Amino acid sequence: MSVLRGLAIFLGLVAAWQALVTLTGVDDFILPGPLAVAKALAAHWDLLAENAGVTILEILLGLALGTLLGVSSALLIAAFRPARDWLLPVLVVSQAVPVFALAPILVLWLGYGLASKVAMATLIIYFPVTAAFYDGLKRTEPGWLDLARTMGGGRLAVLRVIRIPAALPALASGLRVATAVAPIGAVVGEWVGSSAGLGYLMLQANARLQIDLMFAALFVLAVFAVLLYFAVDRSLRLALPWLAEET
Amino acid sequence: MTTAAPIDVRLHAARLSYRGAVIFDDLDLELPAGRTTCLLGPSGVGKTSLLRLIAGLAENHGGKDGKDSGSPGAAVDRDGRTVQGRVAYMAQQDLLLPWASVLGNVLLGPRLRGEDRDPEVDGKARSLIEQVGLKGRETDLPVRLSGGMRQRVALARTLVEDRPIVLMDEPFSALDAITRFALQELAARLLAERTVLLVTHDPLEALRLGHRIIVMAGSPARLETALDVDEDVDGDAGGPAKLPPPPRDPGHAGVLARQADLLKRLARARQKLVDLA
Repeated sequence: MSVLRGLAIFLGLVAAWQALVTLTGVDDFILPGPLAVAKALAAHWDLLAENAGVTILEILLGLALGTLLGVSSALLIAAFRPARDWLLPVLVVSQAVPVFALAPILVLWLGYGLASKVAMATLIIYFPVTAAFYDGLKRTEPGWLDLARTMGGGRLAVLRVIRIPAALPALASGLRVATAVAPIGAVVGEWVGSSAGLGYLMLQANARLQIDLMFAALFVLAVFAVLLYFAVDRSLRLALPWLAEET
Repeated sequence: MTTAAPIDVRLHAARLSYRGAVIFDDLDLELPAGRTTCLLGPSGVGKTSLLRLIAGLAENHGGKDGKDSGSPGAAVDRDGRTVQGRVAYMAQQDLLLPWASVLGNVLLGPRLRGEDRDPEVDGKARSLIEQVGLKGRETDLPVRLSGGMRQRVALARTLVEDRPIVLMDEPFSALDAITRFALQELAARLLAERTVLLVTHDPLEALRLGHRIIVMAGSPARLETALDVDEDVDGDAGGPAKLPPPPRDPGHAGVLARQADLLKRLARARQKLVDLA
């Protein structure tokens, strides 16, 4: 049912797009119609696939790395008081620096290759993951902690048995946000400096007035981003079955 | 069932204040071994605070950097040892972990102490689940259980700890009357021979389950013994029918006669709190 609805929304948007192009008679190099984009998609399929592979790899590596770092930071801050006192202010202040402004520096330091884009995606998802998970770890139901105290559980045992599982729904929210923003990090990185990837392809196509190819690249990116989001969302639901049945 | 001999708990000169207000001061409480003591009182009088103090869960209030000027007093046993580590605690909410199965919840204490791989512990947990009438539901998540079933799991979790002292804070108050009735019966049977302190606001519950009933009233709160089957303390001077051992039938003449008396006592205690406020 939801697949059908998704398809209907997609077709509706395409129809609106085509209607806009037909009714306004806008030039092809400003806004190509869906048919032109589909043609470009077919004509440049190899090129698109090759560059999409690069961008997808950047996004997935960034997600993995950012999640790993975010989860470990949150655990460290939650488990050790000195870590909280020293690390938390740094973390909060670091958010005052716009991540996009760091992109040129990352390219300068890490080069035009994969590393600078992975770093960009990692940076952009690190904070939402850390903040969401730490928040979850902090808000353990006090009754559970009382119970654990009368049962004589050590601090790390309480963290493992009660606080971490209790924080998983919060972590899942953080991961959903991370999944939605990770492509932004990778593409911004590619715009600043790169030799491959969908962002790179869009810049090149734009410079050569191949607007249909630019839209085709955008389309591929959007499809992947949506598929990735649903895949992550679905896996999180499967991983936390007790949440679905609550409420 | 119990391995350790039941101990007599003594709380001497206990003191607790919260944000400058003295909840109780110089309070003495004794829990006779193997007896169920019910603590009755109007809400807000400090019953839960007293229970938490005995459980070792009370925070120190008022003093700077966590140190209170007057020690709140700790519960000790006959030999003067602190009872911490020998109490099991059951709250009004079932406090079940929503991600853990019935068995997982019953095994929470052993898991926290790293003893859950012991087959003997596992067997004990399964037998307790059977005793509270949930055999066959071991792998169910709490969300699949009714309120009464959830509180049964909490009871099994309390009992698997096998502590000589059991502290219960209105454990049945969130349940409907019929479920509550069945659970009181079950708890009284499974907790026989343990030293129990049951906080309740329900005089009928206290009269069904208690060997002793203590009324907590006033601010700072004082304790008054309203019933003690061993010491022949009896609230109603009119001499109502003698009480059988708990769990008692709610229709028993002695229970009914004392219920009215206890209710009046509680109403007076609440009026005193209102007047003070």
